Amino acid sequence: MQLSKSVSSEKERKLGLSSIFKSKIATILIATVAIWVLFTVLTGGNFLTTRNLSNLFRQMSITGILAIGMVFVIILGEIDLSVGSTLGLLGGIAAILNVWFGFSAIPTMVITLILGIIIGAWNGYWIAFRNVPSFIVTLASMLVFRGILIGITGGNTVAPLTADFKTVGQAYLPTVFGYVLVVLAVVGSAYLILGNRKNKIKYNIEVKSMAFDVSIIAAIGILSLGLVVILNDYQGFPIPAFIMLVIALILSFVGTKTIFGRRVYGIGGNRDAARLSGINVKKHILVVYSMVGLLAAVAGILLTARLNAGSVAAGQNAELDAIASCVIGGASLAGGTGSVVGALVGALVMASVDNGMSMMNTPTFWQYIVKGLILLIAVWIDISSKNKK
Amino acid sequence: MSEYILEMQDIVKEFFGVKALDGVTLKVKKAEVHALCGENGAGKSTLMKILSGEHPSGSFSGKIIFEGKELNQTGIKDSEKAGIAIIHQELALIKQLSIAENIFLGNEIGKHGLVSFSEQLNRTNELLSRVKLNINPLTRAGDLGIGHQQLVEIAKALSKDAKLLILDEPSASLSEGEVEVLMGILEDLRKDGVTCIYISHKLNEVTRICDNVTVIRDGSTIGQVPIKEIDQDRLVQMMVGREMKNLFPREEHKIGEEFFEVKNLNVRDPFNSNLLRVKNASFTLRRGEILGISGLVGSGRTEMVASIYGSFQGERNGEIYFEGEKVNIKNPDDALSKGIAMVPEDRKKDGIIAGMSVAKNMTISNLLKYKKALDVIDSDREMMDVLKYIDEIKIKTASTELAIKNLSGGNQQKVILAKNLLAEPKILILDEPTRGIDVGAKFEIYKLIFKLAKQGISIIMVSSELPEVLGISDRVLVMNEGEIKASLDNNGLTQEMIMAYSVGKKNEENDAIDNEEIITSVGGV
Repeated sequence: MQLSKSVSSEKERKLGLSSIFKSKIATILIATVAIWVLFTVLTGGNFLTTRNLSNLFRQMSITGILAIGMVFVIILGEIDLSVGSTLGLLGGIAAILNVWFGFSAIPTMVITLILGIIIGAWNGYWIAFRNVPSFIVTLASMLVFRGILIGITGGNTVAPLTADFKTVGQAYLPTVFGYVLVVLAVVGSAYLILGNRKNKIKYNIEVKSMAFDVSIIAAIGILSLGLVVILNDYQGFPIPAFIMLVIALILSFVGTKTIFGRRVYGIGGNRDAARLSGINVKKHILVVYSMVGLLAAVAGILLTARLNAGSVAAGQNAELDAIASCVIGGASLAGGTGSVVGALVGALVMASVDNGMSMMNTPTFWQYIVKGLILLIAVWIDISSKNKK
Repeated sequence: MSEYILEMQDIVKEFFGVKALDGVTLKVKKAEVHALCGENGAGKSTLMKILSGEHPSGSFSGKIIFEGKELNQTGIKDSEKAGIAIIHQELALIKQLSIAENIFLGNEIGKHGLVSFSEQLNRTNELLSRVKLNINPLTRAGDLGIGHQQLVEIAKALSKDAKLLILDEPSASLSEGEVEVLMGILEDLRKDGVTCIYISHKLNEVTRICDNVTVIRDGSTIGQVPIKEIDQDRLVQMMVGREMKNLFPREEHKIGEEFFEVKNLNVRDPFNSNLLRVKNASFTLRRGEILGISGLVGSGRTEMVASIYGSFQGERNGEIYFEGEKVNIKNPDDALSKGIAMVPEDRKKDGIIAGMSVAKNMTISNLLKYKKALDVIDSDREMMDVLKYIDEIKIKTASTELAIKNLSGGNQQKVILAKNLLAEPKILILDEPTRGIDVGAKFEIYKLIFKLAKQGISIIMVSSELPEVLGISDRVLVMNEGEIKASLDNNGLTQEMIMAYSVGKKNEENDAIDNEEIITSVGGV
């Protein structure tokens, strides 16, 4: 018995290490670096300027936030086609409240966020409690919400916003704050990783070597410091990117560490088995869709603030970018797999392509073609590597 | 030419560097029924996947000689062309299509791209009569019971003029009556000159129908013997590599007071509310009692226990009393919180979450036990429980993080059992707990059942295998057409007595089975 136990733990360790190197996310990160190198060469170095990288992260935040919500829907084995319209509608409502009714920024945002949850719950209600397929429910919502947006704005752009509202989308965190974030990242990760290690030793569970843990903390420190130095070199950490990062941290935690997250993966993996395991499937669907609505509201506020206007076209096709980001990041539409980090990396790929190609003054139609092909190839690589096993 | 229609020589097949097959040799004579036996994970399915072309030539080493020629297949189509057909354990009929359409799917009869339905219907009728199935060929496959679907699969294989038919545990989901039909079909096939490879864990079927048996253990051939020269004990010994004296490790356990009662339970079909799946069922359960539920497939056993657990979708009425209180169990969550757990019948569909790890599958229904602040899972305590059960009920897995789909059926079932034990149940419902799993794992599950009963946990076990029901239960309920026909103490009980109630023969006196005595002895039920 003792023998077989030690054998299995050794296997586990190998599995752990190799899975880091072989993981989809690592592959996509390498691909992202390749894309960056390509654009740097093609734009004569302009792509890698601190100004452009700052812009890139700001642009990425909208798709990123939507993708973070979308990945939970996809893990559940469902889909949400309405997030683009929801984003547009809520951004429009925020602009109307701020511009036409003179609400100041905070109440406007609070109302918008609450409306986001309600809209998300509406989708979730039809899917969970009325058993209408999510594809149909959210396709309907996509049309309905876009229609409402055009109706209430009369097809007009709603502008300009008050200064405090614009700040959210356009301003930067003070440079000092960036360094505070680096310290927080190092201290926080050290606390979590070392605390985890201590507990494992306490319960007599196999741990990785101390050097491994320390090098992970060091890597987190170096990466975050590098990011902050680059962003501070321009104007500082863009607020939308900061908000995206905070949301990503929270929801990555929810996805991997909490009971709720585990159950969502379970439902997506096998709905019948999850139901028989005593999981309230309907409730989880409702909560996930409400969360997606809330995130769409955040994205709507950020986009409206950045554009300094509510526009009827805002968020068009955003759902497709979000879905593509999740899938590039390793999520499967069959449900049960996917991660917040993956979705974020996927969003980075999409944003990099958009940004790099507009820098090269490539006509827009090329962006569609290239993004479409990247999606296709990413999924093909994923599937063919699985088949090889 | 050699007397063998098929010779597989020195087959070696590796997965991830692990040898699943290590020099297996299999020789099958023409027109025999050849049994392939071995524990789950021994390599039977892998060997058959190689033969059927699912693992093409080149992915393994060794030689396959079929009808004197070396077989070199790039896929399933090549094997089918050579005359080898496989009927998988998991049925692959398309529910929305009719029997006839299913049988000729991919091999439609017709000209110029048009299907000749009348011709197909005629051929289907012929094939169905060969498998003794008297059903309209236009019936949708989804409307058939599992047993009938199995027979349609056989008809489908026959339609391809197979010379060699591989049956991978065909009787796993068949009722005793349907097994009889299957045995008859195999006899006929043998007369027609069709060779069959028969994979089964049911040794009495093997010794009854087969001519020769090959036993595989841990990826190697242990031996090939004529059935006449071997008995079941010796066969089991070859399969597990050790002597197994008694298949049912019965242990004395104390049976306590009645604490659970079902009164007048009626359950309707979820799709047809006029159809009663369970009619007026009433029974009681004692602490530490092992209650077997027997009956043919479709007799309402699964529907009854699933309704008690709150997982059956059909409408239900009736009363359930638990520890003196009337309870209303609306869903599995209610049942689990009361201390009623269930291992479902269909492991693949309702039990495992295939892509999830062994550890996560085990704890999925008991996460609240590990809840820390902020809804966080205490992963260390979780892991301790997982390791404890892996050790305790001997789950064979390379790692706790391995996806459960990579485990053998028996080990998957043990994970599901562990999941239900983590709920610390007072009543554990087991619906076909040993279906499709090997002798060794079965034995361990039986041992576990007795251990639980000793701890005062009551077991409700639904099973189609009569020897299992008799070997394990303290008391047996027999169901027929949704009704509980009898409640019999397992004291001098025989398979024939149970069967008599299962087929609803209660009031027929002219039958060969002498059941008059039984009726009087349980008259009040």
